[in-house]
Amino acid sequence: MKQDFKQSILDALSNPNLTGALGNFSVAYRAGRAKAYEGIDFEALRTQIAEVKSSASSHFDELAEQFTKAAEARGTKVFRTSDPKAVKDYILKLAQERGVKSIVKSKSMATEEIHLNKHLEKAGIDVQETDLGEWIIQLAGQTPSHMVMPAIHMTKEEVADVFSDKVEEGQKPDIPKLVKFARGKLRPIFLNADMGISGANIAVAETGSIVIVTNEGNARLVSTLPRIHVALVGYEKLIEHFKDIAPILTALPKSATAQLLTSYVSIIGGPTPNTDGTPKELHIILMDNRRNDMAHDPRFKEALQCIRCASCLNVCPVFRLVGGHVFGKVYTGGIGTILTAWFGALKESDEIQSLCIQCGSCKDVCPGKIDIPELILELRRRLAVEQGQPMIQKAIFSVVNNRRLFHTMMRAASIGQKPFAQDGFIRHLPMFLSNMTEGRSLPTIADEPFRDRIKKIKQPKCKEKAAFYGGCLVDFAYPEMGEAVVKVLNKAGIEVIFPEGQTCCGAPARYSGAYEVAAQNGADNIKALLEEDVKYVVSACPTCTVALKQDFIANLEAVGRTADLPAARKLSEKVVDFSTLASQLVEEGRLHFKSGLETSKFTYHDSCHFKRTLHADQTPRKLMKQAGYELVEMDECDMCCGMGGSYTLKLPEISAPILQRKLVNIEKAGAPLLLIDCPGCVMQIRGGLDKRGSKIKVEHTAQRLAESLE
Amino acid sequence: MSTVLESSALIELFKTRAEAVSAKVERVATKGEALDLIVRLLQQEGVEDKPHCYAVSAACPMWGQAEKSKLATSVPGLKFDVTRELAADAKVGISQMEWALANTGTLVQSADEVDKRLVSTLPLLHIALISTASMLPDLPALLNRIDPLKSAYLSFITGPSRTADIERVLTIGVHGPERLIIVMVDDPEVAA
Repeated sequence: MKQDFKQSILDALSNPNLTGALGNFSVAYRAGRAKAYEGIDFEALRTQIAEVKSSASSHFDELAEQFTKAAEARGTKVFRTSDPKAVKDYILKLAQERGVKSIVKSKSMATEEIHLNKHLEKAGIDVQETDLGEWIIQLAGQTPSHMVMPAIHMTKEEVADVFSDKVEEGQKPDIPKLVKFARGKLRPIFLNADMGISGANIAVAETGSIVIVTNEGNARLVSTLPRIHVALVGYEKLIEHFKDIAPILTALPKSATAQLLTSYVSIIGGPTPNTDGTPKELHIILMDNRRNDMAHDPRFKEALQCIRCASCLNVCPVFRLVGGHVFGKVYTGGIGTILTAWFGALKESDEIQSLCIQCGSCKDVCPGKIDIPELILELRRRLAVEQGQPMIQKAIFSVVNNRRLFHTMMRAASIGQKPFAQDGFIRHLPMFLSNMTEGRSLPTIADEPFRDRIKKIKQPKCKEKAAFYGGCLVDFAYPEMGEAVVKVLNKAGIEVIFPEGQTCCGAPARYSGAYEVAAQNGADNIKALLEEDVKYVVSACPTCTVALKQDFIANLEAVGRTADLPAARKLSEKVVDFSTLASQLVEEGRLHFKSGLETSKFTYHDSCHFKRTLHADQTPRKLMKQAGYELVEMDECDMCCGMGGSYTLKLPEISAPILQRKLVNIEKAGAPLLLIDCPGCVMQIRGGLDKRGSKIKVEHTAQRLAESLE
Repeated sequence: MSTVLESSALIELFKTRAEAVSAKVERVATKGEALDLIVRLLQQEGVEDKPHCYAVSAACPMWGQAEKSKLATSVPGLKFDVTRELAADAKVGISQMEWALANTGTLVQSADEVDKRLVSTLPLLHIALISTASMLPDLPALLNRIDPLKSAYLSFITGPSRTADIERVLTIGVHGPERLIIVMVDDPEVAA
């Protein structure tokens, strides 16, 4: 990671205005969005949007042609090009030919993408942004930090300073006054402008119409007052049918700003008369700039379902800490990372893709149904193929994949820390690893891995068998979790075996883009876990469960190992996470809760893969309530804890504040017990609470359940 | 009976949703009452026949010649010949909208004539007339009903102009009106 990128992260993190504004907004947004979608079937709505947009991107050229014909029939001039430079030249030439001296603009990310303003200003034309946020950053000489709220990184004091410096001295940091000031200053500029430039949120091929959505009313003025209106539209805005405006316009304001509808929507179908009675000149530019290339990429075609609501930014635990500028100059956040890689070059995303912690929050809220985390992994994979794997990573995988060696080395490191190990934690590590213990204590490595401990457990001989997949944390750090799983399953009459050939689940390799390594991990595990005929393959780690259930198949497919797929699918069918299996056994009457159990209140942390990939989040809550425990929900219970596998090592600066926020929410819940279904989250959160001196007990659901059953 | 009930539920919903986004909704029985209400509103706003005090009105199908003359005599500052200069200088703009969408509190009009957009965008107060019978449940109902080729500028208005671009603080009235008063007329055919 380059120093200036790290520095930009550190600068953002140390900017209290930025982290404060974004942090507050992310809380308000969650509640507001939920309210805006009340009574609406979001899954059905986004499925409809995904279908409309996906069908459009399968036929971009036909739709562009259809749009052109329909719009030209109504008197609009349409210019189509794949080249951003041709767009800039077209607009400049038009402006020069028509004697345009001043231009007013409403918000358009496409014009940001091609840096249009600079091109026009160089030719001596006055260009004014009129969206308040865009005007502020234009005056300040900055770039947008958010696709919907471009100036969200600035305080009212900074805005007042910018207005005082650049427009008129003496502006006070009073928001209504600043807004009035902007209205007053921009009004004559609107009235005098010769040309208006806008973007569009939707372009309808069958009618040649564009849809523009704003709250301030500036797009209405931009498209009404000047005698020429130019709209720059990316191909991804095309849809075929007029009626399909409805689902997009229903979702966009709700997802963007938690509004039912924005104050203004204009559907422009052709030129209308100017205020002096002359016909308006309406130019619509349809810009490809690699949208068609994306549409022809089987993986990234999905990204064209984006409706630019920026909800992926609003729910991102990383974005709310670092803001948009760390991501780059135009498109920011999760979808921005993907767009930057395509509209710029793949290597431009090299650093920003590493910001993704893979928590999946964005995928859950995306109204275009885009699997953003998965596409970011695909970027990672392509970058790894293009640039090769770093030596250090290769060395790490060679150790991680050799389980005995890995345990021996971890254990040696752990014993090396003996003087520092207290109460099962390593509080301080040598300097080169010191980042690992910033704000968090690490677990000590067990003397004996679970793979050896299970041999000593006296299990009943049963006909029904389950294979246990340990994963690194249960095997080496938390064997007691594995023992709890065995205890519960034995009570239900299931014998647990531990196939010795099991190795790393491949998640570290996959999340680093090293798919060949991940696929080999998958193949080794499939062989080991299918060796004996068992009814279930159970794991107490959601990331491992997802790997076994889904990722093995995906990884093998990605590297073309189709011969291994039937076995991968066979394994997938047997795989189940611990809580889901336990709940099933309770339902079947094979497990019984103790009566007269001493219970307490508990709070529950949703692990990312457990909730958003396995969708099992309600299962452990229900189990523990059945056992007699009282659930107290914490704020943001499903927000990532900052662990993210090796993320905590790669970007500890970001991981640590994410954890701190989680710890505060846990403590605020006021329960003496925290249950979690993921050993990774247990490690992160238990370590964090320990550093804060908290007495809250953190356990895996399996541990508490094992004590609650007859 | 059920359609009456349904439509009264829609009207209630519209009112709730429009008021939730800071619009004011007034419901009157006849266009005669609407006329009286508008005269009262314009007088309250201090509309006069002098610069910075005008009101401008786009053509409203509800008004016949009689209503127009009555309005013009009662409120001398009210202008029916809209120019951009007048609209930019006016305190109040008046227009009649064609449809209302209940579930978002939205007003919609086909606004190919530029007057309709000038009066609803430039002044600080927009008074929007709407016939109660033009209430539709939602956006899909509207899109199914209209012929998109018949209008070159379909305009949707939901509450006054707003921004949250500085510190996410909601502020009403940026480039468009800072107030929107919706006058719903149950029977626009009846004068009194």
